[in-house]
Amino acid sequence: MMPRYTTRYLSTALLYGALGLAAFISVFPFIWMVISATNTTADIVTGKASFGLAFLDNIKMFFSQVDVPLIMWNSVKIAIAGTVLTLLVSSLAGYGFEIFRSKFRDKVYTLVLLTLMVPFAAIMIPLFMLMAKAGLIDTHIAVILPTIAWAFVIFYFRQASKAFPSELRDAAKVDGLKEWQIFFYIYFPVMRSTYAAAFVIVFMLNWNNYLWPLIVLQSNETKTITLVVSSLASAYYPDYGTVMIGTILATLPTLIIFFAMQRQFVQGMLGSVK
Amino acid sequence: MVNARSGNLKRFYDVNGWLFVVPALLLIGTFMFYPIIRSLVLSFYSGRGMMMKFVGFGNIERLFNDPVFLQALTNTLTFLIIQVPVMIMLALILASALNSPKLKFRGLFRTAIFLPCVSSLVAYSILFKSMFATDGIVNSTLQSLGLIDIPIPWFTDPFWAKLLIILAITWRWTGYNMIFYLAALQNIDKSIYEAARVDGVPKWRQFMHLTIPMLKPVILFTTITSTIGTLQLFDEVYNLTEGTGGPANATLTLSLYIYNLTFRFTPNFGYAATVSYVIVVIVAILSFLQFYAARERK
Repeated sequence: MMPRYTTRYLSTALLYGALGLAAFISVFPFIWMVISATNTTADIVTGKASFGLAFLDNIKMFFSQVDVPLIMWNSVKIAIAGTVLTLLVSSLAGYGFEIFRSKFRDKVYTLVLLTLMVPFAAIMIPLFMLMAKAGLIDTHIAVILPTIAWAFVIFYFRQASKAFPSELRDAAKVDGLKEWQIFFYIYFPVMRSTYAAAFVIVFMLNWNNYLWPLIVLQSNETKTITLVVSSLASAYYPDYGTVMIGTILATLPTLIIFFAMQRQFVQGMLGSVK
Repeated sequence: MVNARSGNLKRFYDVNGWLFVVPALLLIGTFMFYPIIRSLVLSFYSGRGMMMKFVGFGNIERLFNDPVFLQALTNTLTFLIIQVPVMIMLALILASALNSPKLKFRGLFRTAIFLPCVSSLVAYSILFKSMFATDGIVNSTLQSLGLIDIPIPWFTDPFWAKLLIILAITWRWTGYNMIFYLAALQNIDKSIYEAARVDGVPKWRQFMHLTIPMLKPVILFTTITSTIGTLQLFDEVYNLTEGTGGPANATLTLSLYIYNLTFRFTPNFGYAATVSYVIVVIVAILSFLQFYAARERK
């Protein structure tokens, strides 16, 4: 039998080794993305894992193929507008469901929650036909509209509203505030951190949204960065050097937000199970 | 009695409360309830584009005779049955490792393992496609480690292509699930583990008999969300296989098949809607079973 300190040493080494390996595998594709952006396609597909000299060429090539400012603006516009509208509509509903309860409304709420189980594939065909009938195909409105009212965010705000002190509401009523004034002047500022957490999560989901924009946005002028990168990479032998510039542009905003607001990100995620 | 009733009525007709929820309800009605019912209706029709005629249960009959559909269904269920348990086990192990009391660099490990779920599904699929190229970084590393003699055909062999999809999803979502377990573990009283340690219960038995039972509600939650997610698998397969689900449909998923039926081949909205209802039915059955199983054991 091994002496006790040896087994302890071994298990500690195993623990750090396993965690180190998991951390390395998790981070490596990001490192690979940055390294590959400086390499030629020939180097990338033969597994060159060191920085190269093709960075400027790759950037030049990407900018010559893609109207970068326009495409980035499309992505930013859709993600920000979609997120702000989602937070507004869904927080109003979450607050409404929590504060003004009745038997009938609880039944409606259950129906709303059931939509969480509806797979997107099962609604995309009628949604597409609906948008075609409304003449909205190839517009950003068509991308945003179906994502605004979101059961998951409504649920999140209803759970969070349980912590909203009823004394504040009572005091505001005594002061003669109307219901909508209570929501915008009191609830909204008090729940700032809830909104921040929801913003981070919803922004990321909107920024990364793929299938629905892929169906709706058909011309090159309306596409998002995600769609453009995807179509550049869709060849059997893609020009990876160029594509890597696109994957960096598609990943950077969410990475920055994640590092700037890591706490809110985790809080927003966990808010859905509390 | 009369008072209570008028009270109820007042609550029922309380206009203010309804005003708050009406915008959301209108949107959910239009973009969720209407389409899901319309899909159901469509599934009884068949035809090209907007030229559709009523076929009753014809589409359902067609499902059983459609080898591509059966292949997509088998693939999707294979991904589900292998990937979800592996990922959840892995996430649980990582969470309990990160939860060990004297661990250094905890924050660093946690952030690193969590990082994949910040990447866009499209971007990471493209990165994986380049990393797993025939002479790419993964194959050349495995070769230089002496683990394989010839490069693994990740994109041309059905088995390895499936494995690649599983590896990719596991990379993307393990850290995400781990965060839920870590949060739940932090709410568990540390003295339980202390008592187990004093009694000489080995680590892996603590894991099986303490950690897993106490995390059951969170495990249920993550299992259901992962199941629904995997059943809808699309972005990764589409971007790893140029939208084909290849080689020879080996990675074709139900969502990708529906997309192809609707937007790539001659559109048949009716039949595509029928395939989409297969996902609805599977999601409903599995969610029900998982809830039921969790309630039973309580």
